[in-house]
Amino acid sequence: MKTHLTVNGKKHDLEAVPNTLLVHALREQLGLTGTHVGCDTAQCGACTVIVNGDAVKSCNILLAQVADAQITTIEGLANQDGTMHPMQSAFKECHGLQCGFCTPGMVLSALDLCKKHPNANDREIRELLEGNLCRCTGYQNIIKAVQHGAATMKS
Amino acid sequence: MGASDFSKLPHIGESLRRKEDYRFLTGTGQYTDDVQMVNMTHAFFVRSPHAHAHIKSIDKKAALAAPGVIGIFDGKDVEGDKINGLPCGWLITDTNGQPMKEPPHPILAHGKVRYVGDHVAMVVAETLDQARNAAELVEVDYDVLAAVADVRDAAKCTALHDIAPDNHCYKWAIGDKAQVDAVFSKAAHITKLDLINNRLVPNAMEPRCAIGSYSRANDEYTLYVSNQNPHVERLLMTAFVLSLPEHKVRVIAPDVGGGFGSKIYLYAEDVCLTWASKKLNRNIRWTCDRSEAFLSDAHGRDHSSHAELALDKEGHFLALKVHTDANLGAYLSTFSTCVPTILYATLLAGQYKTPQIYVEVDAWFTNTAPVDAYRGAGRPEATYLIERLVSRAAWETGLGQDEIRKRNFVTSFPYQTPVALQYDTGDFEACMREAQKLADVANLETRKAASAAKGMLRGIGYSSYIEACGLAPSNIAGALGARAGLFECGEVRVHPTGSVTVFTGSHSHGQGHETTFAQVVAARLGIAVENVDVVHGDTGRVPFGMGTYGSRSISVGGAAIMKALDKIESKAKKIAAHLLEAADTDIEFAGGEFSVKGTDKKISFAQVALTAYVPHNYPLDKLEPGLNETAFYDPTNFTFPSGTYIAEVEVNPSTGEVRLDRFTAVDDFGTIINPMIVEGQVHGGLVQGIGQALLENCVYDRDTGQLLTGSFMDYAMPRADDFPHFTIGHICTPCTHNSLGTKGCGEAGAIGSPPSIINAVLDALAPLGVKELDMPASPHRVWQAIQAARA
Repeated sequence: MKTHLTVNGKKHDLEAVPNTLLVHALREQLGLTGTHVGCDTAQCGACTVIVNGDAVKSCNILLAQVADAQITTIEGLANQDGTMHPMQSAFKECHGLQCGFCTPGMVLSALDLCKKHPNANDREIRELLEGNLCRCTGYQNIIKAVQHGAATMKS
Repeated sequence: MGASDFSKLPHIGESLRRKEDYRFLTGTGQYTDDVQMVNMTHAFFVRSPHAHAHIKSIDKKAALAAPGVIGIFDGKDVEGDKINGLPCGWLITDTNGQPMKEPPHPILAHGKVRYVGDHVAMVVAETLDQARNAAELVEVDYDVLAAVADVRDAAKCTALHDIAPDNHCYKWAIGDKAQVDAVFSKAAHITKLDLINNRLVPNAMEPRCAIGSYSRANDEYTLYVSNQNPHVERLLMTAFVLSLPEHKVRVIAPDVGGGFGSKIYLYAEDVCLTWASKKLNRNIRWTCDRSEAFLSDAHGRDHSSHAELALDKEGHFLALKVHTDANLGAYLSTFSTCVPTILYATLLAGQYKTPQIYVEVDAWFTNTAPVDAYRGAGRPEATYLIERLVSRAAWETGLGQDEIRKRNFVTSFPYQTPVALQYDTGDFEACMREAQKLADVANLETRKAASAAKGMLRGIGYSSYIEACGLAPSNIAGALGARAGLFECGEVRVHPTGSVTVFTGSHSHGQGHETTFAQVVAARLGIAVENVDVVHGDTGRVPFGMGTYGSRSISVGGAAIMKALDKIESKAKKIAAHLLEAADTDIEFAGGEFSVKGTDKKISFAQVALTAYVPHNYPLDKLEPGLNETAFYDPTNFTFPSGTYIAEVEVNPSTGEVRLDRFTAVDDFGTIINPMIVEGQVHGGLVQGIGQALLENCVYDRDTGQLLTGSFMDYAMPRADDFPHFTIGHICTPCTHNSLGTKGCGEAGAIGSPPSIINAVLDALAPLGVKELDMPASPHRVWQAIQAARA
């Protein structure tokens, strides 16, 4: 079956079997390997992408369910000239990543979080990031990064 | 250059932001599963659903006829091609003088399966779905046997291996039992403790993944693999398993999404893919599902111990005796056997001058996944035991948790422990003082009263850990049973324009070597960090390496680079002397410039580099052109990071819920090159250690050996909202025997934190009479402990 969708501003018509998950379409058909698969139970959040403005775990949604949707993956966040988005820069500035595997999902969840809860405090950010696992950083610098990124985006 | 001069160089001690971050933040990193190749096929492993069974037959007919299937391999094919089993890297000698029982570890099961998830067959097909579907058509007829999962049941259950009829791998001991017993017979007080160090699943966020590839053109293999030490992977695979010449195999570990020990080892899948890539003349990819990772990754910990501490009437430790049963799982993984022995028992002196120690370890086979090193490896188990025991002794003798520790701290260095190690430096009292200050222990009673007013119980827990890192002096490791050297290799390649590429045998999978190592080189050569790139993780580019584990990268890998830099500096000085028309001995090098002592004559590093490659005006009769040096560094001792951690928890006595309210860690890592990265390592280690203490637990059904915690749905991974912000501090006593003064920081958090948490929970529950509690301190367990104490 054919699915029409827009990924990082570019239109695609993807031909895939009906049980294709969005994450597999992104990684295997579009070569957008920045979206990672860290589990098989929709628990880790490494595959998080933005679908029509909301953070969604792309391992937990079929390609067919995102027909005509606007999707942003980690590859679509930086400027054309390669300059990082303020949230990406904040993760670097605050050392909010180590091995980098959970990072794309974490950054996109952080963007969603800041949009919906612009004034979240430290404890609320911790609770709102509950859907994203990180095994390296101990989360502390991720929390700092989200706060730093949110502040930069506001200014 | 020595450690003292090194620590004063510009940019050493600065939190430079990481060079590797851009690619990770923009989705342009390349993990193994991101590697694209033509001619790709996909592998799926048929795994045993039983913990213990004879394989009566394997019928591959229907599966071979399934769409897209290219090949199916099982134990018979392995035997037919004379492929050996996976080797164990560490030989332990039993107290009876015999070598440990070392059963075969076949890459695909032959005749028998020994744990749920054991590899039975590999199906290769054009697509992953086809491989997965065909795997369901592989008919395996099993004759199910009784299984054992709990180490305490191992001796009385059906044997896994013919050579170990009672499932006993080895008995190992250190210390003088008779002397220890004599001290115990006269001790004023004896504190006793039984405890379990819970089994854990490492769960790096990137599941294991590998691609086997073979080129007929050159008769060469390439293995892409998510691995922490590609050279060792290659050495073990070629020399011991596949009997291939090493130069025909290239192992590439590209970006690796975390390891924590679980990716040190040579796994069966890696060998299967390499072997089959030639047989099928196709590239073969295997990516582990998370559920499959739970079954097949090497697990960590799983000790059951009894410990006794003899004290005099002032609370001084007189002697310690420990018996530990260690679960090795079904087969011996690469480093499994050294974890409960060399990496465990030798750390049981802790920070204390206990004069007599005797430790006895029985290691057992069970029908569970192999157990091997997981962040800390043996040292968390030692620290948990000693620090739980010391806090219990404090409560029994009426001393404070801090006071009993201070009374027994080692205070002069070097210090020879009764269990083989010699600590070079440390300042244990300073760490504790700083931790108490940062933790605001002075106001604990006020916080306790505030908690009590809410009906909550507040407790404080101490842990003063020491670990042996920087593995290891090869001759000592060899004498202790290591079948490998534990040096490291570094190559510094100065390019004609003065920029530098560094090749290191250490591997970075989150630790930030590309930044820290570049910082070391840039500081030494007086050039910009941007002009230094670090290459790791590729046997085709890096001369050799022993990889990253045991917090060894900077202290061993960094020291190798320092040695190579010494050679670079020495040669460059000769070139500079020639250009400046001075004697070699009159040349000084600082801030990226060579100068002639006592004159204003100088020349830049870049000019010297250019001259080395364009040697028109050059002492060609005395010196080779080029500026490219390689060094191997073998440490002369372990390094000994240490510290004191203080946890403060609030326990809800009605629900058993434990809330970690405050956590303070003060570590002595010696010289710190990049504080931001070091702090990140501490945070990560803490969350894994606190995760063990409060959340994580790998559970097998005791009767059937079925894994009950097989996914993130039933294995509690630490999440952001499980923690407060940590308070981190440092004391610095530089390591005395490497050129950087560094001690390593990767594992400390996971080593030091578990006992501080449980000690805090027990301190909180003391008014209720609770004295026993095993990890993890889940609400259910704590509630049960409260009920038991009340009954």
